[in-house]
Amino acid sequence: MTALNVSMSPPASSAVRPVDGLVDRKLALWHLVASLVFLGVALLAGFSFSLQFLQKYPFPGIELLSPGRWRLVHTNGVAYGFLANAFLGCLYWAVPRLTGQPVYSRALSWFIFWAWQAIVGVTAVGLILGHAQALEWGETPTYVDPVAFLGLILVAVNFLTPIFRAKGPMYVTLWYFIAAFVWTPLVYAMGNFLAQYLVGGAAGGAIGGLFIHDLVGLFVTPLGWGLMYYFVPIILKKPMWSHGLSLVGFWGLAFFYPLTGIHHFLYSPIPLFLQHGAVITTIAIEFVVTTVIINFFGTLAGRGDALRTSLPIRWFYTGMVFYFTTCLQCSFQTTLTFQRLIHFTDWVVGHAHLVMFGVFGFWLLGSILYLFPRLIGAKAYYSDALNSWHYWLSALGTLIMFTDLLVAGVVQGNLWRNLAPWEESLIASMPFWLIRSVSGTMIIVGNFMFFWNLYKTWQMTVASRQTQPAMPGTSPMPA
Amino acid sequence: MFESKSGIFLIAGLGFFALSFVVMAVLPWMIYYKEPEQTVAMMAQKGMVPEFADLAERYPEQFKKHFGEVNYKTYAEALQLGHDVYVAEACWHCHSQFVRPVSNEDLRWGPVSHALEYQNTLQRPVLFGTRRVGPDLIREAARRPNDWHVAHFYNPLSVQPTSVMPAYSWFLDEQGYPNKKGMAIITYIQSLGSWLREYPYFEGDGPLGPAAHPEQPYGGKPVPKQVVNAPTEGSRQS
Ligand code: HEC
Repeated sequence: MTALNVSMSPPASSAVRPVDGLVDRKLALWHLVASLVFLGVALLAGFSFSLQFLQKYPFPGIELLSPGRWRLVHTNGVAYGFLANAFLGCLYWAVPRLTGQPVYSRALSWFIFWAWQAIVGVTAVGLILGHAQALEWGETPTYVDPVAFLGLILVAVNFLTPIFRAKGPMYVTLWYFIAAFVWTPLVYAMGNFLAQYLVGGAAGGAIGGLFIHDLVGLFVTPLGWGLMYYFVPIILKKPMWSHGLSLVGFWGLAFFYPLTGIHHFLYSPIPLFLQHGAVITTIAIEFVVTTVIINFFGTLAGRGDALRTSLPIRWFYTGMVFYFTTCLQCSFQTTLTFQRLIHFTDWVVGHAHLVMFGVFGFWLLGSILYLFPRLIGAKAYYSDALNSWHYWLSALGTLIMFTDLLVAGVVQGNLWRNLAPWEESLIASMPFWLIRSVSGTMIIVGNFMFFWNLYKTWQMTVASRQTQPAMPGTSPMPA
Repeated sequence: MFESKSGIFLIAGLGFFALSFVVMAVLPWMIYYKEPEQTVAMMAQKGMVPEFADLAERYPEQFKKHFGEVNYKTYAEALQLGHDVYVAEACWHCHSQFVRPVSNEDLRWGPVSHALEYQNTLQRPVLFGTRRVGPDLIREAARRPNDWHVAHFYNPLSVQPTSVMPAYSWFLDEQGYPNKKGMAIITYIQSLGSWLREYPYFEGDGPLGPAAHPEQPYGGKPVPKQVVNAPTEGSRQS
């Protein structure tokens, strides 16, 4: 019960509102399950691609299992399968509770659910068949793009309606959510349509950089922070430390984050003064991030025991430490000095994994851990030990992978700069790539332990429901 | 305003996004929009790489079947298809296509990339790339002969025992000749950088140049120089 016992009672605000009927638990649950299914696929795809780097790709010479294509399944599966689904599941829980209003339409929600799974499924099949689009993290085939764009608009309508219907002041979480719902479709359209059909060459590259960056900064980040502002105070049962810092964090992010896109293509043929601008705003973000982190650790102060007693809190705060790390790293690696050495190396790959899995993956896995028993009405998890293993394997695996790729990047950068023959950089990288695959295995094993735990918990709950039917209207896990 | 719905929706959501769009996207576009974007047909017209004809010579039957004859139209077709294969196989996640002005990259690969080299539809979306597992390819034209590429695509380990590049055996037909995809990707690769006045480039200027690598094509000898295309303004800077 370690995972749950700190948060048995509902927060004061939701106690006065009749929230239970507002949340479509089944819908939220299905989104979370879908997200984990895609996470599993993406993890395995990434792992098999990593074997290519050890000259041990398990399926050589099969066109449909071409490693490059499965790498796309890995990254797009994480973005659109895992992250997007998990966010939607959490949103269906959080938004009605924060606004006291149901989402715009239940039918629309289910339509979105199936449409989104179809979009991700068709994307995966399209990528495997070789229909990718040359836009990083936007490789979704061009025929999927308009549909996905419409889907994002429907999502925005579905959630913005309750937010705008609600009366009274808005909690921080909703600031982030509103912004994310406006930004995501805009970003998606900009990257997928402009860079594909209108603007080519170096200027198109600037848009591509903006797209990759905004996808992280304006879709994933605001939703992620929004959820943290929601879950952390609820689980800790205390308000955020400083409202002022929340404001600084939100407005700082909203202003600076979109201005950094070009830092992905430093020393490229994009005009240098624009590159300089992107470098400066990127460094500015680090200061904003620091205020947010201070706010969250200020909130934790005095409740440090929760790191031990509440597993979701541990996931969240580990993610925050990683977040601070990647942002700090970012403000260095974005400088032209660092770029000379580490651009195009594994350093960047390490950075990407720390952000996507170490931060947002961790936050969402923590959220799923918190929500799952509440959604299915379970009293406890089948095994707390498995949950612990999940956490430790993921945390250590991520840390090892990050450190390993960081060092690999520096080694590669130096060999390239020193004009060593290319083979030499491959030979030097092999040990690092081996460690990368091993750390990836740790993450995969941890997560499959979690999947197994969820399955057994569900099985247990169904069995206990059959022997003693729950009294109508009481869910065993306080919501 | 800072905590109101409309403030967040309009200022943070729409306003700041629009600002960033102007600064990060419209500005670079304004700098380059006057440079006409070349179509594949225009690029083909500017000059055909000899390696395309070489494919027809080496594999006459297969070439006839897949492309017919050697002319600018079939060359353009091959370039486009080669580009599409390059994108579909995500070659661009392991190979970059720009030479930076730092880290001795011009010594390794050739002249630093210039924005005008990317004003064409084969660079929409641009293939700058994101990670260099293998070397940069924007100066790859004529660095290696066609049959090297055939062997390399069939099994990279056969020519480069330390390679981690995947084998693309589906670029070859049952008899081991390049099929349509194979010929197209080779043509595309052989065209990268061929628009410069002088090419190919080897790691020639450094201590590890061709002289130190007698096993390389043209090992150490002066490299044949073809003047294929009209030079683009500024493409030979650095
Ligand atoms: C897993 C990463 C990876 C992928 C994907 C990949 N390559 Fe490579 N490529 C390499 C590595 C590593 C080398 C250097 C070793 C070698 O020559 O095989 C290389 C070398 C090359 C070379 C020789 C460059 C030179 O002159 O030394 C060419 C040409 C090439 N790749 C083209 C391609 C094409 C075309 C594709 C897509 C169909 C592709 N590569 C996909 C990793 C990759």
